[in-house]
Amino acid sequence: MTILTAVLALLVLALIFGAILGYAAIRFKTEGNPLVESIDNLLPQTQCGQCGYPGCRPYAVAISDGDAINKCPPGGMATVEALADLLDIPVLPLDAEAPDVEQNRIAVIREDECIGCTKCIQACPVDAILGAAKLMHTVIESECTGCDLCLEPCPVDCIDMISQPVTLTRWGWQSPLDQQSIIATDREGVHS
Amino acid sequence: MSRSDKLWSLVGGVHPPENKGQSNRQPLQHLPLSETVVLPLQQSNGIPAEPTVAVGDFVVTGQLIAIGKHPIATRLHATLTGEVIAIEDHVFAHPSGISVPSIIIKRSDLHASTDTHDSSLEPWYNWEQLPVDALLMRIEAAGISGLGGAGFPTHIKYLGQRPIHTLIVNGIECEPYITADDRLMREHAAEIITGIQIALRMLSAQEAIVGIEDNKPEAISAIRTAITAVNDARLVLKVIPTRYPSGGEKQLLYILTGEEVPSGDIPASLGYVIQNVGTLFAMQQAVQLGQPLIERVVTLTGDAVAAPGNYWIRIGTPIDAVLEMVGLTTQDTDIQRIIMGGPMMGFTLPNAQVPVSKTTNCLLIPTKQEMPDNPEADPCIRCGLCEQACPVSLLPQKLYWNAINREWDQAQLNSIQDCIECGACSWVCPSSIPLVQHYRFTKAEIKREAVETVKANQSRIRFENRQLRLEKEVAEKEIKRQARAAQAAQAQSVKAQTGDTQLDTSAKDAILASVARAKAKKNSQVAVEPKDSLESLQGAVTVALQAVEKTKVKLAAAQAGGLPSVTALTTALEKLEKRAQVAEVALATYIEKTGDPS
Repeated sequence: MTILTAVLALLVLALIFGAILGYAAIRFKTEGNPLVESIDNLLPQTQCGQCGYPGCRPYAVAISDGDAINKCPPGGMATVEALADLLDIPVLPLDAEAPDVEQNRIAVIREDECIGCTKCIQACPVDAILGAAKLMHTVIESECTGCDLCLEPCPVDCIDMISQPVTLTRWGWQSPLDQQSIIATDREGVHS
Repeated sequence: MSRSDKLWSLVGGVHPPENKGQSNRQPLQHLPLSETVVLPLQQSNGIPAEPTVAVGDFVVTGQLIAIGKHPIATRLHATLTGEVIAIEDHVFAHPSGISVPSIIIKRSDLHASTDTHDSSLEPWYNWEQLPVDALLMRIEAAGISGLGGAGFPTHIKYLGQRPIHTLIVNGIECEPYITADDRLMREHAAEIITGIQIALRMLSAQEAIVGIEDNKPEAISAIRTAITAVNDARLVLKVIPTRYPSGGEKQLLYILTGEEVPSGDIPASLGYVIQNVGTLFAMQQAVQLGQPLIERVVTLTGDAVAAPGNYWIRIGTPIDAVLEMVGLTTQDTDIQRIIMGGPMMGFTLPNAQVPVSKTTNCLLIPTKQEMPDNPEADPCIRCGLCEQACPVSLLPQKLYWNAINREWDQAQLNSIQDCIECGACSWVCPSSIPLVQHYRFTKAEIKREAVETVKANQSRIRFENRQLRLEKEVAEKEIKRQARAAQAAQAQSVKAQTGDTQLDTSAKDAILASVARAKAKKNSQVAVEPKDSLESLQGAVTVALQAVEKTKVKLAAAQAGGLPSVTALTTALEKLEKRAQVAEVALATYIEKTGDPS
């Protein structure tokens, strides 16, 4: 009898909590995958496709499904570290195949040589190339992410990746930290 | 409250060796004019000004040569009489060593001795009767920017966006070595007081507090005498204890009034405007004498300088020319580096071609013995001296850890943006850690990251919009394709329906008739050229005979009815009979040829 009461009581409790959980699941349903959003926010949004996915968001989706976090060369180690931090997984070295591309580059079309084929316009993931068929194209500097995707389709190779000059607005102090020891025990390693 | 003599004590602060004695004993002197001046169109981080002169133009001293389209850009005036020889990129007073567009003026030999001055700004000795707007425009026209600190255009402070009740006059000059303001106050106290009165009128402020550190007794007495002379009750002089960095805008305000400016805000939010004595002097010169800002007092000091002192130097004079005039060459082995500003907050110049700017208050040229290379940083021993020295009550040690671990968001939580980069923490650090450099780097990284985030968001939006557009295009194509398919299917079904329902009606007859006609035509042709089979020839004969018969019937009917088609039918009948004959002949010939029994 006592056992029966206990089992019944537990059953009733289970039913009540089940109902609450079931209600909460419907009432507070999360639209979309919030993890994808957080991952996407950490990616550099160059939309370069070097990760093998057609843009940063698809890669974010892939990471949330378990893909490696070290496939983003434009983001570099900083992005890998941020992703590892977010997902609580170990930091991986940047994918060895990834070329070490210089940052702050933008595509510049040599306009005299452009034949107006519109191929680069179609390749640009952020619509940063302006032009029309058989007319010269040009890159909107402020929108270019430097992803290189327009270089390959150009039939006359008239697109250059140009490093942007350091201007007053872009200049910043350098870190004084060059091989500086952090704690005393590190000194040996650093100075040997 | 500020009427009382009460002073508040600076939080933190340090007492570095003052080293002011070398330069503050000699009266102000004018340096001879240099051969050329270089006037950068961009001062500090502001928006560049637009030149109003072209290469080859002859300009006189004080002539307006560049005007700012943006309010943040200050006007530039020629500081030599001569020819504009170039408008080109030139290195300027910035630690980056970046070149910016500059107007370069070469002194004219004709005017070597007598420097012609532009007189487009007339002296206003009666400024007290003039409207405030006129004064404001004069300050702007004279190209005055803050001579004490960041070089912010002065007239912006007087636009009256926020009500101002008190003007704070900064005569502190707390940075070691620098004595430019000290000498200016000693020798031009009356002009400074007039400048204060002009500023008070423009601000409609009730009082002005002049703050001077107690290590400048001569300047204090000069200012006190000048205040007594004008007998203006609005002016108050307050002498504060010497301690670095009391001259910081927010620090000085706290020391004098006990009020703290909120983080990220400016003193105007509390009703204060803070102005350096040099700027007030320049304002007086601009208003009373019509003199645009073309020269300033620069302290030349450091053990490498044989005759340290304060000099009036034309803005734009290249530093190497200045050094030459005081008997130094950049080749001197003793010169380790040239520091613009003081030893605490100044920066080492990228090279000696840098021209003197409106904010250059000091050129410090130390010898190697005087300022040896920074010793290598030792590990932080967590002594906490930096925390006691910080005038903004930050936690420098924590910020240092944030900086080396690149924890920018943590650094922001620890209020790195409030750091005034005074260098007090670095100065006290027993491990010689270059703390300020770490903070500057951290700030630069935070700024860079913010810019990158903006750009990344922009790219994300553009990418997503593009994806949406492409998807929409595909969807639209699909809809069009489906519509076309549906249309085709409908047409098909209509066809099929007509075939089914109207099979027995005239349509079918018409079809059959046309088929028969086609056959007849074919057969008749065959009859004309009899090389086909027996059947076809026979068919042709039959068809021809049938046609003859049909036409005969029609003709009879027409004749009976007396229709006009009788003649046509008669001709047709004749033709058809001929054709029938031809067909019969062809058949006969065929039978003969082939010997077919039937």
